[in-house]
Amino acid sequence: MSLLELKNVTLRFGGLVAVNDVSFNVEEGEVFALVGPNGAGKSTIFNMISRFYKPAEGEILFVGKTILEREPHDIPRLGIARTFQNIELFEQASVLQNLLVGRHSHRRSNFLTDMLFTPGVREQERVHREAVEHVIDFLDLQPYREKLIAGLPYGVRKVVEMGRALAIQPKLLLLDEPASGLSVEETQDVAFWIEDIKKVMGVTVLMVEHDMHLVSAVSDRVMALADGRMIAIGSPQEVQSDPAVIEAYLGADDTTDEGEAA
Amino acid sequence: MRIVFKTSYDADIRLFKHGAQAFWYGLLFVIAIALPFLINEFLIGEATLVLIWAICGMGLMLLVGQTGQASLGHAAFMAVGAYSNVLYQEHFSLPFIVSFPLSGLTAGVAGALVALPTTKLHGIYLAIATLAISVLAEDLIVIMEPLTGGVGGLFAPDIEIFGFTFNRYGNPIELYWLVLFITFIVIYLYRNILRAPIGRAFAAVRDSEVSAKAMGINVARTKMVAFAISCFITGLGGALMGHFATVFTHETFNLIMSITLLLIIVIGGLGTIHGAFFGAIVFVLLPLIISIGRDAFANMAGLGSISIPGLESGVFGILLIGFILFEPMGIYGRWLKIRTYFELFPFYRKDMFKRQKSYLKTERTQ
Repeated sequence: MSLLELKNVTLRFGGLVAVNDVSFNVEEGEVFALVGPNGAGKSTIFNMISRFYKPAEGEILFVGKTILEREPHDIPRLGIARTFQNIELFEQASVLQNLLVGRHSHRRSNFLTDMLFTPGVREQERVHREAVEHVIDFLDLQPYREKLIAGLPYGVRKVVEMGRALAIQPKLLLLDEPASGLSVEETQDVAFWIEDIKKVMGVTVLMVEHDMHLVSAVSDRVMALADGRMIAIGSPQEVQSDPAVIEAYLGADDTTDEGEAA
Repeated sequence: MRIVFKTSYDADIRLFKHGAQAFWYGLLFVIAIALPFLINEFLIGEATLVLIWAICGMGLMLLVGQTGQASLGHAAFMAVGAYSNVLYQEHFSLPFIVSFPLSGLTAGVAGALVALPTTKLHGIYLAIATLAISVLAEDLIVIMEPLTGGVGGLFAPDIEIFGFTFNRYGNPIELYWLVLFITFIVIYLYRNILRAPIGRAFAAVRDSEVSAKAMGINVARTKMVAFAISCFITGLGGALMGHFATVFTHETFNLIMSITLLLIIVIGGLGTIHGAFFGAIVFVLLPLIISIGRDAFANMAGLGSISIPGLESGVFGILLIGFILFEPMGIYGRWLKIRTYFELFPFYRKDMFKRQKSYLKTERTQ
């Protein structure tokens, strides 16, 4: 049984078909990448998995069970965490508080015990803090622990967002363009972290990424999308050399001929 | 600059960051208790009013500053607190010690019910909806005359706890201590919220609803809880206000009062407990200062006694505009800057707080 399974998923925005009859499986323990030009439907697929959008047709299964009946806030509790393409952190809170929000799906207290700050809540806070400290150590975020997000550079925010998703302790991690806007060195760090997330933490990764170096360095399987349709799936090398993929990125052969002729 | 050497996770859970901080707040606590021995009875009455406004302000602060939801209708929940408190005492002969928390709960439930439909709205639309609540509440009080006394209003009896009575005119000092005690309880609950998961959930909803959802926070429920706790606290403040005013009518808790509450927290500093107190102090003391200033001016100009209608509202309006333009973080923000200036002297830079933005933002696009 696959960890995540999409079966013939279709989503329309009015007349526009954003995702058209897409099916794929993500197996446990692999890094699976979605590539494709802008507007291909990659982020839309993410938004359907995190239940922000409801597919018009098709089925999404996580560990064999449908997640389409679930509310968006139930998804992290199932074990699916995500990051956003345009960083969505809690700006007026510290890095530590942001990471602790990631522990929200693990909380056992309610607002009444929280208001009274019962010994149980205090004990729970210590446990959450320890889990968050592991993430901080893993991502080398120690210097930023107390800093407000509003004052942090872009590269650090990107890492904090990944950390917040890891704090959920998910089975499946959805990374939406983890390396966009990062320098070469920072992208290299991201590559190492994704390796470690897979090997050390045992978390399955599904990612959207444009940087083909990163994709071919870390992913086990790649799926290419264009205009909402799947055009190729396989190992990074297979997909990169697939004629349909080259056509989607660089344009069809006949147009290049015309260009040369002109 | 103080470096706190942390040796356990509890260091970040404690109410005070370090010993010196605990000392200063302890000193403030002692001064607050000893205040009746330092100032006269009239000023103690004013101090009691400051505390009551601060309690109401903390209620609204939790909603606006912590959760980022606007409300222009909080006077309605003060009214719920004030009326239900007196009605519980008169109709069910409940003692104050029961009716008071019960009135807060009533306001909290009312807040949760109001939140059910209104929390689907954002920014300015939520403000308009809550504005309507404030207008509605005034009319409802008039319509429900058999219960509320209509335009004639209600008379609040003296507070009685185990045979001991508290009256604003009879024993203002004891009343001040009672209100101070309640203020401390509210501050303690507020601080607990800030350091617990629910406080982080509030901040998450304030800063990004999309990613709050992605973190497993039930946004609609969290907003409802924020409304309920906020209205609970404001309702408690309203009940005290009822006792302090002794007589109150539909006009006591009008729209102006809702706006006043918002003004208090904006001038004081959004998102901080200090802000509610600074704002309340300004709001209560400013009329005093204005009247002293006006009399001094009249004497100087040889005009005898003069009255300038609308002077107070005008000054408040100018203050609010001034703060929004020049110090969006309010008095507390200004205080932080001054403190940082001296802590880092001479290394303070002018733009150190530049990135701070105000919490109230309109709907954001994903």
